[in-house]
Order: sequence, then structure tokens, then C-alpha cells
Amino acid sequence: MNYNWNWHIFLEPAPNGTGTYLDMLLSGLVLTIETAACAWIIALVTGSFIGVLRTLPSQAASWIGFCYVEFFRNMPLLVQLFLWFFVLPELLPRAAGLWMKQMSNAPFYTAAIGIGLFMSARVAVQLEAGVNSMPRGQKMAATALGLTTLQTYRYVLLPMAYRIVLPPLTSEFLSTIKNTSVAITIGLIELTGQARAMQEFSFQVFEAFTGATVLYLLINIVVVIGMRFVERAVAIPGYISGK
Amino acid sequence: MFDNFDFDVIRRSLSYLFIDGMTFTLTLTGLGALGGLVFGTMIALMRLSGYRLLGRIAGLYVDLMRSLPLVLVIFWFYFLVPYIGQWLTGASRPIRVGAFTSSLVTFILFEAAYFSEIMRAGIQSISKGQPAAAQALGLTYSQTMRYIVLPQAFRNMLPVLLTQTIVLFQDTSLVYVLSIPDFLGAASKVAQRDGRLVEMYLFAAIVYFTISCIASYGVRRLQTRIAIVR
Repeated sequence: MNYNWNWHIFLEPAPNGTGTYLDMLLSGLVLTIETAACAWIIALVTGSFIGVLRTLPSQAASWIGFCYVEFFRNMPLLVQLFLWFFVLPELLPRAAGLWMKQMSNAPFYTAAIGIGLFMSARVAVQLEAGVNSMPRGQKMAATALGLTTLQTYRYVLLPMAYRIVLPPLTSEFLSTIKNTSVAITIGLIELTGQARAMQEFSFQVFEAFTGATVLYLLINIVVVIGMRFVERAVAIPGYISGK
Repeated sequence: MFDNFDFDVIRRSLSYLFIDGMTFTLTLTGLGALGGLVFGTMIALMRLSGYRLLGRIAGLYVDLMRSLPLVLVIFWFYFLVPYIGQWLTGASRPIRVGAFTSSLVTFILFEAAYFSEIMRAGIQSISKGQPAAAQALGLTYSQTMRYIVLPQAFRNMLPVLLTQTIVLFQDTSLVYVLSIPDFLGAASKVAQRDGRLVEMYLFAAIVYFTISCIASYGVRRLQTRIAIVR
């Protein structure tokens, strides 16, 4: 392979004046984490709400939940980001559209909200499966004790459902982190974007992508280990992973 | 709201969108799923082979691919495939590789990691008695896999494999980052040429939505039909 390897490139100053190439990648890493964290909060809150809707006995509620999930699951994430970024400002009233277009951090907010809503459909399906996997007796016992529907979910069903779906939620969180790279298409210069920029400035293609690859692997390892601690911390003795 | 819409731009570009763009997307999806399934099955067999080293290598490959974003992998292979081609053909310089070949290699190798996990689950879902009976009949390992285990595993996992193919269909839109004219790329080219972003992106969204909806409805029907058999 006749390719000029130069691993010292990471310590050389980058032409954009923000320090070395390594600093460039690390700033991308920070943006990736920030975007993923915001998107995950949105996904978790919205997804939980929709997931609960899908388990309610009301026909209307589960229909809304069904439509929501189908809407966000059947379009590529890239297309959804384009819809939020390019199409939505044009469809809104002029003033609101102009405000959206002139927002300084528009790619970041679009990415966080767009990816958050995209992932919320997946979270909803997982949580629904968690609630449905519990024995019917749980809900019946709660009703027999005189708890309202809200109380049943708050004190009986959801605390257990979240614990049951913790492992799949971990992989959804990992997908959220990976999906932030799609936002490169609307101009968010996160980790993949910085690696691409580094490749264009320095012509060291494989070093740049190796750097990004290592950082992505590190995030994955940290998340997996962190979630293992969470799983152990919230485990209920006598249940699933509890001892 | 729809006052200054120009829906004619869609009609004018229909043939470009579907004959060029959608053909690219569907071919990439089909060949990517097929190649991913073949390689994925091989990886799954490596992981279940019982040879520690083989299993370890396959496991590392799957974990690596699954922890990287597809966009990064697309960039990786876009630059790597010319060098792989040079290495394979023994040429003196990195060979020139077309956009389609490059993205096809990417999707086959990337999806192989995901398909391998599905096939692994499928193979493990076959009861122990099946390979044992095959062995008792004197079938070799490859005959056991070829005639007994894999057909059943494939059949059991068909709905999951098809669902993954729908995901793949949506993911092919990411070749946009290489400015390749797949369906979305074609729509985006027209959108930028005519300054009609809203119409073109809305249309692209509706097309993707319709195809995915119909496909996942089909998978759900298939699932209920298969469920009765067992």
C-alpha cells in the first residue's frame, strides 16, 4: 500500500487556528456528545409519553401512538433532518420562518430535535414492549388497591418497565450517538465532520478516520460500562438481573 | 401556505428521480441485502464454529462495525476501496472505483455485521436435536448446515431479515454525503438546480414513507402467516 503514513499529524497545528488536529477531533467529540445528550433527553421524554399512549386501553390513544411511530419510523433520518431544516421554515408564517433561518445554532437545534424525535419512536416501541411484558396481575392489583391510571403507571408499571427495557434502551442510546453523524448533512461539524475536515486539510485520510473511529469506540465503551453500573444499581432483588 | 408551490417541478423530474435515482437506491438495497446476508451468515458460522480464534475475529468485526456510525464507515470505504482494489489486483497505483461499487462494498460489509447477529440468533433458535439427528444420519458439517440448519434459521428469521432490509433501504439515503445521485441525491440535485427545496424534499419524504409503510405492512402479514406454521 503506497500511502504516506504520518501519525504525528494529530499533534500538528490545524489551519483553522484552533490548535492541533487532535484538538479539532476532540471539539467534534464534545459536539457529538452534546447533540446526542440533548437528542436522548427529547427521545426519552417524548418516547415514554408515546409508549404509554400505546399501552392505554383507549382506542384513540393507541391510534395516536401508532401513527406517531409509523410517521417517524418510515422515513430515513436524513430526510427527516432535511424536512426540519429546509422545509419547515418555509411552511411556517414568514416571521417564524425567518427567525428559524437566522438562528445562530440552527444545525445544532435541528439535529438535537430531529434525531430526538426520530429516536423517540424507537424508545416508544421498547417501552411499550416493557409495559406489555409485565404480568396482567400487576395492573389488576394496582386497580384493586384503588390507584388511578396515572398512579398505576407512576408507581407500579413504569418503574418496572424501565428496568426491564434498560438493555435495549442502552443500544438505542448508542444509536442516538451514532445518528448524530447524519447531521453532517445540515452542517453540524461533529466528530465525523471534523474527521472529514481534517482529511481535507491534511490529506491524511486514514489517520483522520482512525482518530474518529477510536473516539467512537471509546464513547461506546464508556456508555456500555456506565449502563452496566446503572443496571446493577437499579436492579430489584429477585427480579431479572437482581440478585 | 401552498400558494407559491410549483408542483410541476416534480412532474418534470419524475423520470430522472425514478429511472436514475430510485433504480440506484433499489439496486443498492437489493444487492446490499443479498451480499450482507451471505457475508453475515459466514460471520455467524464463524462465531458459532467453536474455534476460539475464528469466533474472536468475527466477534471483533461485528462489534467494530456496530459501534461506528454509517456515515463514517461510508467515508472510510470511499477512500479505502481503491487501495483494497490495488491490493487485490496487484496494480501499481490505487485503482479507480465508481461510486456504485464503492457504496455497494460499504453496505455489504456494514450490513454483514447486522445480518450476522440476526442469523446467529436464527441458528441458535434451532433445537439441538436437528444437528444431532443430521450427524446421526452421517451428514458432514457443511451438509448439516446447508440442508438442515440454515434453511430453518433463514425461514425463522425471514421477518427480521426483511425488517433489517427496510432499515437498509432507508440507510442507503446516506450515500448523499458522497454526492451520489441515489433517489434522495437526485431529488436534492433537482431541488438545488431549480431552487425548489420544499417541493422536492416533501416529495422524497412521501415516497420513502409510502415504500417503507407498504414494505413493513407486508412483513407484518408475512409474520402472521409464518407464525401459524409453527
